[in-house]
Amino acid sequence: MSDDLQQLYQQIILDHAKERHGAGLLEHDGVGTLGESHQLNPVCGDEITLRAILADGVLTSVSWDGAGCAISMSSASVMTDLMQGLGRDEVMDLVDEFRTVMRSRGRVTPNEEVLGDAAALAGVSRYPARVKCAMLAWVALEEALLAANR
Amino acid sequence: MSIPSAPHHPLTDTEVRRIRNDFPILDTQVNSRPLIYLDTGATSQNPITVLEAEQEFYEQRNAAVHRGAHSLAVDATDAFEAARDTIAAFVGAAVDEIVWTSNATEAINLVAYSFSNASAGRGGSAAARFVIGPGDEIVVTEMEHHANLVPWQELAARTGATLRYIPVDDDGALRLDEAATIIDQATAIVAFTHASNVLGTINPVAELVALAQQHGALTVLDACQSVPHLPVDVHALDIDFMAFSGHKMLGPTGIGALYGRAELLNAMPPFLTGGSMITTVTMERAEYLPAPARFEAGTQRISQAIALAAAANYLTETGMQRIQQWEETLGKQLVDGLSQLPGIRVLGPAAGVQRIGLAAFDVDGVHAHDVGQYLDHQGIAVRVGHHCAQPLHRRLGLTATTRASTYLYNTSDEVDAFLAAVAGVRPFFGVK
Repeated sequence: MSDDLQQLYQQIILDHAKERHGAGLLEHDGVGTLGESHQLNPVCGDEITLRAILADGVLTSVSWDGAGCAISMSSASVMTDLMQGLGRDEVMDLVDEFRTVMRSRGRVTPNEEVLGDAAALAGVSRYPARVKCAMLAWVALEEALLAANR
Repeated sequence: MSIPSAPHHPLTDTEVRRIRNDFPILDTQVNSRPLIYLDTGATSQNPITVLEAEQEFYEQRNAAVHRGAHSLAVDATDAFEAARDTIAAFVGAAVDEIVWTSNATEAINLVAYSFSNASAGRGGSAAARFVIGPGDEIVVTEMEHHANLVPWQELAARTGATLRYIPVDDDGALRLDEAATIIDQATAIVAFTHASNVLGTINPVAELVALAQQHGALTVLDACQSVPHLPVDVHALDIDFMAFSGHKMLGPTGIGALYGRAELLNAMPPFLTGGSMITTVTMERAEYLPAPARFEAGTQRISQAIALAAAANYLTETGMQRIQQWEETLGKQLVDGLSQLPGIRVLGPAAGVQRIGLAAFDVDGVHAHDVGQYLDHQGIAVRVGHHCAQPLHRRLGLTATTRASTYLYNTSDEVDAFLAAVAGVRPFFGVK
């Protein structure tokens, strides 16, 4: 199989698509405020419901329930690993950074130090039709945080 | 007008390879591989005669039709109306029974909005047949494309009529037993697809039309996946309205057509209004032309109509019967091949049951988007998603599927290459 395709579907992505870190919505234990977001990609029917709990400005819990392609599901999984325990502003900055990489059509090299496993999704940026798949969970987190902050 | 005639012998791979030479795009390389185009269900490719017809119009005859008396305008009008003749003949209609629309979606909306306008009191007593309201029912099926569902949902919401649907069984076949009880005295409209864009099923038009006629309901046929692929005669089908699109039958985008029985079209209030569809206009009111002009407000899609006629001629010269047979062969090859692969579920009729030359399928453990991406890397273009039929997918327990759809320009070698590629999907994604 072509290198391009393997670049897109790196093993780490296929693994996350199966393992789905953060999958299964968690109940709110009462500490902090909970925000929830539901995102749908009407093109393919991919969807995610994501819950974020914010306590003292820190994202203490991310959980989600979703159905979709390997890109959207692995992206939700790597994002959960990356974001949990970070401060709200830091989370928002990372969402922006990831979005910049995704919209770059392959021109922006991701900083692995900052984005962790999510850097492996950089190949998606060469496929404009799939960027929405990769962004689905990140947009959900952004919206859930805004909801939790209200 | 001379009607082209087609040879009688069946299409073969050799002849299809000759046909392919007429389609410049089929020589394209995608991802360094020869393009294998299996997405005709979404849009078809264009033969050189269609491309030339459009160019020739702009180079030699371009003018607005049905207005102005200069020579070019007369020429353009003649070509535009000759195109209507060709399309009418292609589906067995009279020439004034064909209304140009921008696509099939607009054609269906035209009918729905005519009902709506009649129900709002437009069209007077002549339009009484199109008045619906609370207590009236609009019947569709569970396998409809959104284009033949959402306009009826909206019509029901605007008028207070009730929308009902004929369900499908687990194989996606229409429940005709249910249809017989759902279609009743309250039914005003029965709208259904001729051939399913997901399942490939060819629906029993005669049975549904008989049920509708028995109860005085009007029928609307979505023929987007039938008119391009099999011989269709509107009068033989005995339907009241039929919508089809140009770009799925070798024509350009931006053009489609509505067939309507002449007496119905002439009794319906217009949908879009404005120039070219009127007789007398005062500051207070307007009188309307008879059909089809009544439904063709504003400057028309002239080059597209002319190019669509070239497409219909290409199909007629090749022979619709032969195209149907060829696609049946390819459809069988698709279904037989996919059914033999582990972890693949083919939607629609089982192998051996008649279908048009397409197959939608689910790959266990791999999302359709990923399947499509994998195939695209091998130069194979297929459709992924819900194919604008979310309710049908939901009924079959799926959100997205992969669809391969063929046409007269696809070879059996291409179908083999596609099947070999699909066999590689689950191993690539590590699904056992």
